[in-house]
Amino acid sequence: MSALLEVKDLRVSFDTPEGEVHAVSGIDFNLEAGDALAIVGESGSGKTQSMMALMGLLAENGHASGQALYKGRDLMQMQPHELNCHRGRDIAMIFQDPMTSLNPYMNVEKQMTEVVMHHQGLNHHEARAHAIEMLRAVRIPDPEQRIRQYPHEFSGGMRQRVMVAMGLLCEPDILIADEPTTALDVTVQAQISQLMAELRRKSNTAIVLITHDLGVVAGLCDRVLVMYAGEVVEFGTVDQIYYDPRHPYTRGLLESVPRLDHVEDQELHAIPGNPPNLLSLPVGCNFRRRCAFAFDACHQKPELKEAGEGHFSRCHLDEES
Amino acid sequence: MSESVERQPVLRIQDLAVHFDVHEGGLLHSELRTLKAVDGISFDLMPGESLGVVGESGCGKSTLARAILGLIRPNRGRVMWLGEDLTLLEDEALRRKRKELQIVFQDPLASLNPRMTVGDIIAEPLRTFFPKFARVQVEERVRGMMKMVGLLPNQINRYPHEFSGGQCQRIGIARALVLNPKLIICDEPVSALDVSIQAQIITLLRDLQKKLQLSLIFIAHDLAVVKHISHRVMVMYLGKAMEISDKKALYRRPLHPYTSALVKAVPIPDPKIAREQVDTGLTGDMPSPYNPPSGCVFHSRCPYVVNRCKLDVPALRRMENGDWVACHRAEELDLTIRQAGHGDG
Repeated sequence: MSALLEVKDLRVSFDTPEGEVHAVSGIDFNLEAGDALAIVGESGSGKTQSMMALMGLLAENGHASGQALYKGRDLMQMQPHELNCHRGRDIAMIFQDPMTSLNPYMNVEKQMTEVVMHHQGLNHHEARAHAIEMLRAVRIPDPEQRIRQYPHEFSGGMRQRVMVAMGLLCEPDILIADEPTTALDVTVQAQISQLMAELRRKSNTAIVLITHDLGVVAGLCDRVLVMYAGEVVEFGTVDQIYYDPRHPYTRGLLESVPRLDHVEDQELHAIPGNPPNLLSLPVGCNFRRRCAFAFDACHQKPELKEAGEGHFSRCHLDEES
Repeated sequence: MSESVERQPVLRIQDLAVHFDVHEGGLLHSELRTLKAVDGISFDLMPGESLGVVGESGCGKSTLARAILGLIRPNRGRVMWLGEDLTLLEDEALRRKRKELQIVFQDPLASLNPRMTVGDIIAEPLRTFFPKFARVQVEERVRGMMKMVGLLPNQINRYPHEFSGGQCQRIGIARALVLNPKLIICDEPVSALDVSIQAQIITLLRDLQKKLQLSLIFIAHDLAVVKHISHRVMVMYLGKAMEISDKKALYRRPLHPYTSALVKAVPIPDPKIAREQVDTGLTGDMPSPYNPPSGCVFHSRCPYVVNRCKLDVPALRRMENGDWVACHRAEELDLTIRQAGHGDG
């Protein structure tokens, strides 16, 4: 049986006035129904652009190559009208900033019913009932009234819930959530995370969570893909990534999360420096200049190698040991 | 920590309140409503002390910061700075005082003028307050500041857009420190940054605070972020202080149910613990600040609510251990964090 989604050697580049920028230089992963995969990395690591590419949402100057097989059919080769049959229905994406991704001139009812009327051929009355049901599912109080309101009339957390409800309208097989909780208060963040976990349990929806914060991943996902400067630097199960991280970058990300479960004054370990400029990447390992363990071999490009069962890391240190 | 400092506060906030009048509704039938953004906040800040201020959007924490600096005139209360009430000062006198009190804003890029070089941005407060300083003198000071915050002095002629978010925040910190202030207020200085960079900025601020013996007010929406930099933490909700506690006590045994919910809401980067992580216990959403609940403003979301909470406003009162709480049931509730992995570990 083939995977629900199979991504093979996905690459994304952008033409810019300064030259061609390789935002994503080849990522691979599989997704089965009910899986929850986290794609973790800093700004500019390519985590969002890889997902935009498979949704056919790259900016005009962007090019994508590789394969993204959804139930065996390549999304990357599809014409826009074919893609439109899948986007929103089979694969839905929710974005970081609900205020910019909801249409401010349309009330929530219009925005929500439009999707189901298009994809599932419901009439307006049925569509509205379904939309209200979804709003109730994401615990928007008084959904019959609130559905008539405009995005600005909702609080930030409520808006993000409306986004989640919209993503779920057609009961997609895959939900791609791009930093769904980053702009939110902590208590709301906890609510949205719970909501996504529930959804996965109830409808067996596969989830791809894009984030820069390893804190929010631990309870929600079962596999983690760590990206740095457009490359996968480590891939494994959550337990492998959190309890046995191999790549120094992954370790750095874990140590920089401020933790409340350590009462004693733990030192915060920052990763020194800044994410690299994709136009002037270092020779060899991309992480070399920020890495405390860099040595001679790091001037050669490391390969992604298996470090344990289903656990991959792109680091020369692993080859030594 | 606190034993070594003299016991006279540098800053004493007394019953500070900021209310905004907002016209709601259409042109013809507009209704005047009052938003109590900050509603009776009091606290002391000791020299060299670092106070974390935590609360969710709309709790009034940024308004509080602006009211302390006199960027917004409060409706009521006092801001006693080294014994002098800043709320009584005329604009010009207040402006001169700002040498001693500086602010670092949340959005690092938006708070820097895109048309000015980094050098000019950092030098601007110097030129404003000390117009007689010679060029070389100013430049020397600016380069020194850049070095202190971890920027390369040879980047002095670059523009903000050439820097990453974390570096822009360093520029903001250099600008705030260039006048040798005694107090820095940081308004969510790391919320817009990647986690990996947040740690850099928090560590930098903590080191500078120790080195320069600054008093610091550090505002955040997340208890995890302030943990590393605060001696005490104040938790705000709908314009009021719910709790002001010593850091260690607050994270181990919160006094207020809202604090406890905030502690539980912080995700833990450990899969086994995170899978077991308990609910925050909060019900519903933040009520409208235009129409806050009666009695205790938190009662509509509190898992421990009793009738009294809906009727009487709880005063912020001092507990035996010296911490402050505004909850009728503080003595009888045991909110010790027992979540797996939390606690002494």
